[in-house]
Amino acid sequence: MPITYTSGEQIEVYRFNLPITVLVPLLALFLQAFLSWKLPFFSIFDLPLLVVIFFAVARRSQVGGMLTGSIIGLLQDSLTQLPLGVYGIANTVVGYGASSLGVRLDVENAGARFLVTLFFFAVHEIVYFSVARGLVRLDLRWNWPHEIAAAFANAVLAVLLFAMLDRFKQRT
Amino acid sequence: MENLLTRYRNVSILVGVLFAQILGLAIQVRRVKENESTLLIRVWTVTAITPLEKGIVGLESGMGNLWHNYLYLRGVRKENRELKEEIQQLRLNEVRISEDAQQAHRLQVLLGFKEQYLSKTVAAQVIGSGGSDRSRVVFIDKGEDAKLLAEMPVITADGIVGKVVRVFAHSAQVLLVNDENSGAGAILEKSRLQGILKGTPVGGLILDKVMSDEQIQPGDRVLTSGGDGIFPKGMPVGTVTQVSKGKDSFLNIRIKPAADLSKLEEVLVITKQEEKEPAVADAGNERASDILSRRLPSVPDQPPAAPAHSGAVAPKTNATTALPSASTAAHSFAGAQPASLAGSATTAPKLSAPKTAVPNPRATQPPANVPVSAPSTTENPGNGQTVVKTITDDATTSVPVKPIVKSPASSANPQSKPTQPESDQQ
Repeated sequence: MPITYTSGEQIEVYRFNLPITVLVPLLALFLQAFLSWKLPFFSIFDLPLLVVIFFAVARRSQVGGMLTGSIIGLLQDSLTQLPLGVYGIANTVVGYGASSLGVRLDVENAGARFLVTLFFFAVHEIVYFSVARGLVRLDLRWNWPHEIAAAFANAVLAVLLFAMLDRFKQRT
Repeated sequence: MENLLTRYRNVSILVGVLFAQILGLAIQVRRVKENESTLLIRVWTVTAITPLEKGIVGLESGMGNLWHNYLYLRGVRKENRELKEEIQQLRLNEVRISEDAQQAHRLQVLLGFKEQYLSKTVAAQVIGSGGSDRSRVVFIDKGEDAKLLAEMPVITADGIVGKVVRVFAHSAQVLLVNDENSGAGAILEKSRLQGILKGTPVGGLILDKVMSDEQIQPGDRVLTSGGDGIFPKGMPVGTVTQVSKGKDSFLNIRIKPAADLSKLEEVLVITKQEEKEPAVADAGNERASDILSRRLPSVPDQPPAAPAHSGAVAPKTNATTALPSASTAAHSFAGAQPASLAGSATTAPKLSAPKTAVPNPRATQPPANVPVSAPSTTENPGNGQTVVKTITDDATTSVPVKPIVKSPASSANPQSKPTQPESDQQ
C-alpha cells in the first residue's frame, strides 16, 4: 500500500515561495469560476479544495493548513451569493485534517493522493452540508450518485494536479 | 488552563477559527434579512478575478470575430439572402403586432391600466460564474460604472435570466432564476393562472403555488406576472415540461427556461422601467384604420394646375413605385384595407379586390417603408380600369383598379394631399 506510517522526522516538510502561495489559489479560483461557466460539467470539480489539500499535506503544519483552508474557503465564498463562511468552515476543517494526516503519513505517491483526496472530499461535503443546512438554512439535497461521482472525479484530477504542483515545492 | 491551551494549541486555534467563522455566518444571515452591505473580502476577490475573466472573454471574442468576420465567410451570401427574406416577413409581422399593440393600448386607456416601459437597458457580457453547482450566479462585465444597482432584472432576447444581487466597480453578480434562493412572479399564458417561479437545488425551475385542480398542459408558455416588482410583466419565462401532483394541494410544475441559462453570453440589464398611465392623446383619438391608412401606398400630390378631369387618370407610375413588397401588394390593396376607410376617404380611388385568397388581412398589411423588391407593373386594358400586376408567392395576381375620382373640394385645394386608396368591401 502506498500509504506508509513514518515518524515526523522522516517526513520531508516543504515550503512554497510567496508568489506561488498567492497565485496558485487565485488561479484555482479563477479557473473554477471561468471554466464552470464555459464548461458546465466542470462545476463537479472543486479546484480550490484540491489546492487546500495539496498545500496542507505538503507543509505538514496544522495551523498553516487550517489558515490556508480558511482563506481559500472565504475567497471561494466571495464568488457565490451565499454568506461568507460556508466554504470557509469546510475548507478549514479539511486543511487541518489534511495537514494532520501529512504529519503522520507519507502521501507523496499517486495512490495515496487518490485516497486522501477521496476521503477529504467526503469530509468537505459533509461539513459543507451540515453548515449550509444547519446554519444558513439552505435547502440542499444530498445526492449519492452525484457525490460519489464528484469524489472520484476530484480524486483523479488531484493526482494530475498535485504532480504539476510538485514542481513548485521547495525543501526546507 | 494555560497548560491545556499550550498542549492543545493547534486544536485551540482550529476551534477559534471555526468559532469566528460561525459567528460571522450568524451575523451575515441576520444581515441578509435587513440591509446587507457588500463585505470587503467579496470586493477584493471579485476585483482580483474579474479582470482576468474580462481579458480572456475579450480575447476569445476578438479571435472569434477575426475568424468569423474576416476569414470564415463561407455561406455568407446565402445567409444574407435568407436574412433579407426573413426581414421582409418580420416587417409584415411587425405591422400586425403594431396594430395589436395599438388596439391593446386603446383598451388599456379604457380600462385605466398602467403600462410598464423598458425605457433603458444596458448590454453586458457574462464573464464568469460563481464556480459552484450549488450557487447559480454569473458575473457580468458592467457594474457601478454603468450605473447598475442591486435588484435590477437581467434578461436576454429569449427570456428572463435573473436579477443583479451585488454590484462592484466594474462588474456585477447576477443571481439566476434557477437558483434555489431565486423567486419571481409568473403567470401561465393561456390560463392566466399565477404562481411563484422558484429554482430548485439541482438547478431546475418550478412554478409553485398553483392549485392542483387547475388544468395545465406541458408546452404551456409561462410569462412574468410583474407581481414581484422586479421583472416587467409579460416577459417569457419558459414552457411547462411536466405537471404532477405536489404537496399541500398544489401542483408540481416543471419549467424549461426560455433563455439558455447554461450558455449565457450577452445579457441585458433593465436599468430603468417607467410605469405610466397611457395618455389618451397617445392613441385614444386615433383609430386603427388611421394608423393603417398611413402605411398604405399613397398617391402623390397632384400638380395644382391639373384639370379636374385629370383625376380620372389612374396613378400609373405611382401605383408602381408606391407599391409595397410585391409578394404582398395584392393583399394590401384589397384584403388589408380596413373597412372604416370607406367612410373616411371620400375621394379615394376605388380598388377592387383580387381573387386571390387572403387568409389574414392584418397579417399581410405591409408597412410604409417596405421596399419594392419585385417588379410590379401597371397596365390600362382600355376599359377604364387600371390593372396592377403583382407577383405573389404563388403566381402573378392582377388587381383591377378603378380610376381616381377627385372631389371638387380636394381639387380646389392644391395643398390637400390625395387621399388613400380605398378597397371595395368584399
